[in-house]
Amino acid sequence: MLAPVEKLLKDFDAGTTFALARAVSIVENQRPGVDDILASMHPRLGKARRIGITGPPGAGKSTITNLLTREFRNAGLTVGIVCVDPTSPFTGGALLGDRVRMESIALDDGVFIRSMATRGSLGGLASTTREVADVLDGFGYDRVIIETVGVGQSELDVARTADSTVVVLVPESGDSIQTLKAGVMEIADIFVVNKADRPGADRLRNDVELMLGLRRGASYGNMPAHHGVDLKRAMNPARAAREDAKLESPDKWTPPVLSSIAAKGEGIKEIAESLDRHFGYLERSGELRQRRRERMVERVVEVVEKRMRQRILDADTVAWVKGRVDELESGSVTPYVVADDLLKKFGHLVTGATK
Amino acid sequence: MRPIRVLVAKPGLDGHDRGAKVVAAALRDAGMEVIYTGLHQTPEMIATAAVQEDADVIGLSILSGAHMTLIPRVRQLVEAQGRDDILITGGGIIPREDMDALQAQGIGRLFGPGTPTTELVDYIKDWFASREARDTAKSGT
Ligand SMILES: Nc1nc2c(ncn2[C@@H]2O[C@H](COP(=O)(O)OP(=O)(O)OP(=O)(O)O)[C@@H](O)[C@H]2O)c(=O)[nH]1
Ligand SMILES: [Mg+2]
Repeated sequence: MLAPVEKLLKDFDAGTTFALARAVSIVENQRPGVDDILASMHPRLGKARRIGITGPPGAGKSTITNLLTREFRNAGLTVGIVCVDPTSPFTGGALLGDRVRMESIALDDGVFIRSMATRGSLGGLASTTREVADVLDGFGYDRVIIETVGVGQSELDVARTADSTVVVLVPESGDSIQTLKAGVMEIADIFVVNKADRPGADRLRNDVELMLGLRRGASYGNMPAHHGVDLKRAMNPARAAREDAKLESPDKWTPPVLSSIAAKGEGIKEIAESLDRHFGYLERSGELRQRRRERMVERVVEVVEKRMRQRILDADTVAWVKGRVDELESGSVTPYVVADDLLKKFGHLVTGATK
Repeated sequence: MRPIRVLVAKPGLDGHDRGAKVVAAALRDAGMEVIYTGLHQTPEMIATAAVQEDADVIGLSILSGAHMTLIPRVRQLVEAQGRDDILITGGGIIPREDMDALQAQGIGRLFGPGTPTTELVDYIKDWFASREARDTAKSGT
C-alpha cells in the first residue's frame, strides 16, 4: 500500500473529517489508492441504510434531505449525504448548490455533506456514487442519503444503488404523471408529492396511486383463482393501492404516496416512518440481503472490467492495434479478428503477468 | 486533469449574493466545480464545508468590511483541520493596504470590485497548475 494512503486510512479510522473527505476524492477521481481504500471499506459495509432521493429539478429534494437528516439526528443517528448534480457537457464545470438548503445541519458534527458532479463518469456515475456511499458507510454513518436530479438514465441508476428510493414529485412537474420519465415509477419505494401547498397536489397523488393500483391490478390476473378478485378493489385501483401501502405484507411492498410541504417542515415525519417501514420490509422479506449480495457480485464484475481494461489496453497494445489499421482499412481483416488476435497475443496480461 | 473544486461563499450579514453568484457562474463556465453555499456564512460554516467538500479553493465575496477578521479566521479553521494547502481568494470592497496585509499572512490574491472575472479564473487556474506540478514533483511520479 502507498504510504500516504496508509496514513490516510489511519486518520480515517480515527474519525478525521479531512481523511474522509480526501478518501472520497480519491475514489471520485479514481486516483492511486482507490483500490486499497475500497478494499478496506469492504468488511465494514452494511451498517448504513442507504436512501436515494430523486425527482425533477427544484422539487424540494435538498429541503427534504435537510429535514430528514434532522429527523435522523433527533433519533441519535449520524448521517452522510451525497448530492449529485449535472456537469455541463460544454465546459466540464458544474454548479453544486444543494448545500444552500442544508444550512441548519451544516455545522452538525454527526453530519457530512458532499457535493458531486456527474462529470464524464468513467466507469459510470452509478458505480462511482456507490463507491462514495461505501466510503461513507465504512466511516460509520448510520444513514447515507444520495440526492440526484432525476433527469437522465444514469441518475436513475444512482437512485437504484440505494436500499430505499424516494421519488419526489411536485404538482407543477407536469399535467399528469403520463409525462414522467419512464423508469421513475419503477424505482420508487416511496413517493412524495411535495409542495402540497400548491394546486394540483391531491390530484397528482391520486394519479400516482391510480397508476400503482392499475399496475397491481394487472398482476391480479396472474393470481390463482382461489385468491378471488375483490370487485370493489378492482373498481377503485387508487384506493386499493392506498390500502395496500398500509399493509405489513412480508413479501410485497406497495409504495406509499405521501404528501409534504417541505418548505414548512410538514410531512417529513411520515417520510421517515415510511423509510423505517420499508427497511423493515426489506429485512423481513430477505430482499435486503439479496440486494446486497447482488451488489457484491456486481462489484466484482466491475472490478474485473476495470482491471482487464487497465491491464490489457495500455499504450503498447493500443499501438499494436494501430499497427494493423492498414489491414483494417483495406478490408483484409475485420475488427473482430484483430480483437481476437490481441487477446491471443496479450491475454496473459489479464492475470497480472507482465509482457 | 480533474476539475478544480472551488467553494464559493458569502460571509457577513449584508443581504444579497449577486456578486457571489456571478463569480460562481464564471468559475463554472471556466470548467470548475463550484460548490455554492449561499448567504450569511460564518467562518465556521465555510471552513467545515470546504473540508467536507475537499475544496482546492475558497472564494469569498465580502462586502461587509469585516474582512480583516473573517478571512484569517477561515484560514485558521481550515488549517486546524489539516487543510493548510487550500487557496483562499475572493473579492469585494477591500482597501489596498488590507489586501496586502492579508496576502502577507498567506491569503491568496483578493480582487477589487469591477475586476473582470477572467482575472480570478486565470489566477485560480495558474495557482492550481503550479500546485499540481509541485505535488507531482514531490511524489516523484
Ligand atoms: N411552495 C413550496 N416550495 C417549496 C416546498 N419545498 C421546497 N420548496 C422550495 O422549492 C425550491 C427548491 O427546493 P430545493 O430543496 O432546493 O429543491 P431540489 O429538488 O433540491 O432542487 P435541485 O437540487 O436544484 O434539483 C426552494 O425555493 C424551496 O424553498 C414546498 O413544500 N412548498
Ligand atoms: Mg437539491
